[in-house]
Amino acid sequence: MSSGTIQALDGPATMKLEGVGIFLGQSQVLRGIDLDIQAGQTLVVIGESGCGKSVFLKLLIGLLQPTEGRVLFQDQDLKLLSEKRLMRLRLKYGYLFQSGALFDSLTVEENVAFPMKQQGIVSEETMRQRVAECLEDVGLPLSLWTRMPSDLSGGQRKRVGLARALVMQPAVMLYDEPTTGLDPIMTGVINDLILKVARSRPVTSIVVTHELRTLATVADRVIMLRPLARLESWESQVAFEGTPEALRKCPNPIVQAFLGGHSVAESAHPLPSIPDSAHVATPRGIQP
Amino acid sequence: MLGAVESAGSFAMFVAQVVFSIRHGFRWSTMGPLLVEIGFKSIGVVLFTGCFIGMVLAVQAHMQLAAYGAATRLGQMVNLSVIRELGPVLAATMLAGRVGGSISAEIATMRMSEQIDALSCLGVSPIRYLAVPRFLACLILVPVLTVFANFMGIVGGWLVATKIHGIDSYHYWQHASQSVDPWDHIMGITKALFFGGSIGLISCHVGLNAFGGARGVGIAATRAFVISFLTIMMMDFFLGLFFSRITPFMSQIMGGSQ
Repeated sequence: MSSGTIQALDGPATMKLEGVGIFLGQSQVLRGIDLDIQAGQTLVVIGESGCGKSVFLKLLIGLLQPTEGRVLFQDQDLKLLSEKRLMRLRLKYGYLFQSGALFDSLTVEENVAFPMKQQGIVSEETMRQRVAECLEDVGLPLSLWTRMPSDLSGGQRKRVGLARALVMQPAVMLYDEPTTGLDPIMTGVINDLILKVARSRPVTSIVVTHELRTLATVADRVIMLRPLARLESWESQVAFEGTPEALRKCPNPIVQAFLGGHSVAESAHPLPSIPDSAHVATPRGIQP
Repeated sequence: MLGAVESAGSFAMFVAQVVFSIRHGFRWSTMGPLLVEIGFKSIGVVLFTGCFIGMVLAVQAHMQLAAYGAATRLGQMVNLSVIRELGPVLAATMLAGRVGGSISAEIATMRMSEQIDALSCLGVSPIRYLAVPRFLACLILVPVLTVFANFMGIVGGWLVATKIHGIDSYHYWQHASQSVDPWDHIMGITKALFFGGSIGLISCHVGLNAFGGARGVGIAATRAFVISFLTIMMMDFFLGLFFSRITPFMSQIMGGSQ
């Protein structure tokens, strides 16, 4: 694929993985992953700890390069891009880290303004305005805007991280365990924010989680990964790929074991219907 | 062996990236806080170290010189030793501990808390944003702080010589000024320049490649100091050897008394 100039993009982006595998040190973490992520879709990646969910996200943004196969963003192979072009391409992504990954030495406002300030692409006035919009969107009270990250709770840090990820108006949003370590109320708030972002912005979302509640709230499509350490060489790492409805009915005992022996529909938070907003694409609906 | 070659290769690549980043798109505005943190806040410890280097040298050298009746030449011995050798080496060693350890621990913590990944995800090169300003700050400030250390070393030596050993101040300075020429200062500052650059590069590289949680941060800080210290010692030897070859020629050019 082209390694030339990065295409201008106003809407959500498509992503594709072709036979992707990666070794970290001596151990293989992912193997033979094939996946199409359609524009505007919210893909939820589930699986046990150590199955490579976070590595999967880092491959999508080019923080890690696959040992085999390729990762395509709008048909551009990330591996073929120069470091400079890859840096520029990453501005089309938003990434919410598990810990928030806020910069310790900057205030909340400065953290959110950071990407715009570094790129130097907007005026001071526009920057202040956009920072305020993003912080209001994630519901962070004005009194916290001048605080340092160390003064914030886990949920507040996640909100600031989300505001920072959204400030450059990304085409792809990546969420790494967005609700891990949060109380049930804050989990609900973050889930609602993910859903709000997916519905109100032209964005493709990929959410890595092991929370069934997050899956039930935000997913258009689900993929379940298994740890390679437990698989034979001929077994697929993808235990399930399809819609949330298909996941609910999936007879695969591994899937059912992960779901805790009860259907997602029986949980306190039933699976939602797929949002019918214009930018949300129909899932491929591959049945297991 | 393979690990050492791999580490050397990784470090060489890192140095090349730092040099490339200085030439392409580095922002000098990021230097301000670092100049304060690395430079201003290190002045006290460097002045203290410098003063005691000079004082200890004066005590030790006086015993030797007095035996030959050459105690008034104490200034010559103290000043030459401080300016050429001990000032740059000990100031750099102090800064490798204070600044190098701090840089390495800070960047390692950023690595552990995913802040380095966050920088990359936001389209900002961690090398350009973190390593280049720290390298330049060390490169500029270690020679400046060495001048401070040298000054205090000279003052410390003079204090011990005149106030404790009762050497006449006039004779002390007369011998001292006859023996130290501009080339001695250039040698000392050139060494400090190399030491400063090494501290910055090594500390950033160790920090960026840290792993293993809180323990990894501690290991990175220690590692940065130990590698910087060994590098300073090795460089001091090779630079000393190099300067010893060219000193007669350079002193002649600069009209010194060597």
